[in-house]
Amino acid sequence: MKKTVLTAAFATLALGVVFAAPASAAGVSACLITKTDTNPFFVKMKEGATAKAKELGVTLKSYAGKIDGDSESQVAAIETCIADGAKGILLTASDTKGIVPAVQEARKAGLLVIALDTPLDPIDAADATFATDNLLAGELIGKWAAATLGDKAKDAKIALLNLTPAQPSVDVLRNQGFMKGFGIDVGDITRIGDEKDPRIVGNDVTNGNEEGGRTAMENLLQKDPGINVVHTINEPAAAGAYEALKAVGKEKDVLIVSVDGGCPGVKNVKEGIIGATSQQYPLLMASLGIEAIKKFADTGEKPKPTAGKNFFDTGVALVTDKPAKGVPSIDTKEGTAKCWG
Amino acid sequence: MSEPQAATKPHMEYEKVLSGSSTQVAQFDTNDKTALQKFQHFLHGSPAAVPLIVLLLSLTVFGAILGTKFFSAFSLTLILQQVAITGIIGAAQTLIILTAGIDLSVGAIMVLSSVVMGQLAIHYGIPTPLAIVGGFAVGAICGLINGFLVARIKLPPFIVTLGMWQIVLATNFLYSANETIRSQDLAAQAPLLQFFGENIRIGGAVFTYGVIAMVLLVLVLWYVLNSTAWGRHLYAVGDDPDAAELAGVNVKKMLISVYTISGIICALGGWALIGRIGSVSPTAGQFANIESITAVVIGGLSLFGGRGSILGMLFGALIVGVFSLGLRLIGTDPQWTYLLIGVLIIAAVAIDQWIRKVAG
Repeated sequence: MKKTVLTAAFATLALGVVFAAPASAAGVSACLITKTDTNPFFVKMKEGATAKAKELGVTLKSYAGKIDGDSESQVAAIETCIADGAKGILLTASDTKGIVPAVQEARKAGLLVIALDTPLDPIDAADATFATDNLLAGELIGKWAAATLGDKAKDAKIALLNLTPAQPSVDVLRNQGFMKGFGIDVGDITRIGDEKDPRIVGNDVTNGNEEGGRTAMENLLQKDPGINVVHTINEPAAAGAYEALKAVGKEKDVLIVSVDGGCPGVKNVKEGIIGATSQQYPLLMASLGIEAIKKFADTGEKPKPTAGKNFFDTGVALVTDKPAKGVPSIDTKEGTAKCWG
Repeated sequence: MSEPQAATKPHMEYEKVLSGSSTQVAQFDTNDKTALQKFQHFLHGSPAAVPLIVLLLSLTVFGAILGTKFFSAFSLTLILQQVAITGIIGAAQTLIILTAGIDLSVGAIMVLSSVVMGQLAIHYGIPTPLAIVGGFAVGAICGLINGFLVARIKLPPFIVTLGMWQIVLATNFLYSANETIRSQDLAAQAPLLQFFGENIRIGGAVFTYGVIAMVLLVLVLWYVLNSTAWGRHLYAVGDDPDAAELAGVNVKKMLISVYTISGIICALGGWALIGRIGSVSPTAGQFANIESITAVVIGGLSLFGGRGSILGMLFGALIVGVFSLGLRLIGTDPQWTYLLIGVLIIAAVAIDQWIRKVAG
């Protein structure tokens, strides 16, 4: 009696294995691994990936770290995807260096790994990178600020509100891009804060949120109340900086520029709180990524980088209602239609 | 009545030896104290003294280095503004730590309360005062749950609030979809939510209502802790819950009320947070729990409960504020601030241990 039960159990298990194997081989499955599932940027990314996966008949599984910087959960997610027999992984890495060994394991197991938004270190650790050109995003707002100030750009007083003390690549690229665009000698382009230009009042960190933006702006205003240009890592930091400026009655004298293109941010551009912002397209990154995985599964072909760059550029557009000469831009109406979050 | 009678009786023979011995009543004070011992004794008697001395010293040093850029009415009140949230949340944390507990969920409760206030007022169109009451109710409920689990189910406060931190934060993100409500929308539809951002100017000094709220809250709690039965019971529960129980304090009820009040103070912090940053942001205040514990520890309160003054917490928060602004004005890398605050935390506990020796 006992024996029959056991045999039956084994038989069922064996049948299950037999049926399960071809089932997973028939459909294409893909993984999306983001830094968090709470940041609107990644929420939008997931939306884009889910919609595209549904359209192409790809099974999508999404994973995320618990907080920004939680690399362990991401490594566990990669291992799960390998075990699950996925065809490809879309990854926004928290730790761009530390995750490389896990990515190598996945590639060895025959998965296509595409880095979204954040390039790995080294960048060719992934099969491809779909991202915003953050240096260009910075350059656009730098150029716009310089052109808008005109002759006054020569004796501008600039505050730079960055992300975190660790200087992650996205932070460095936007900061240095802004300086390049504004016409400041950037020194070492991989480092924030080594510039000697007297127009720079100072750098401070914001953690990319309103609270940090406000405190950082207060600190720099205390250093020099004459600040008239503010570069912010993202729009929440810009909103916080604006509150600090408003508290001292300087909000009308200062030009704030930012990067991201989230819906509240674009609305702030429309109302003149932020002068201009560089908009990035997380939805596009994710949907292109799913298409690439589907193509790889069908034909074995891997995506190629944009000509002249070591990654696939998903585009960036300057959003402003005060276009400056020589700097291509879209207005807030178009920006609102494409905004996220 | 009986003693004078006893004194008049003639000494028994065997008691004669006592006549030559000391007649002094037993006492703790020794007369042969060195200056250092006297100082130690003074510090033991006034627990807010050490942080106050450190605060004045750091103000002097940064003032000497930076001059009027730092030592002006404007920048000194700016420090107050920058620590207002930490100070309010630190007050909630102080109450918990005085009961020998710890609350890791204070920051999360603050953010959730602020998000509820914003959502009710903007997305549900509820009158702003009611939306604020709603936020306070959420804070109180979170605190009540903490208190119930600690007092009735007898779970360690560290574990309870570690769990609550995650639960409340996740609820906050799920509920709000992490959408920020913009400052301009609040100003147009629910300006009362930004109440604590408004300010009074006296010359160069700027006092936001948030700063005033923090100072008033600390003063009220200081009075309550020192001069009411509830306050003294709170110290007693933190010092020795069994002794407090025997002395007739209802320890369970006490703990539940402390955690609930802490939750309500967190909601006040959430309201003040909206004033500070203008908008309602679900990602704000992520480190408020650590910052509040830092303020409490640097402020000389004992993590083992029952010892320390809430004024010390305020000084502790201000020390962190002075260091942060001072170092940023000098232009150092932000990492130096963290490093020095870390040193301060360890130094504060070391000094606390040294002062305790006076009682041992």
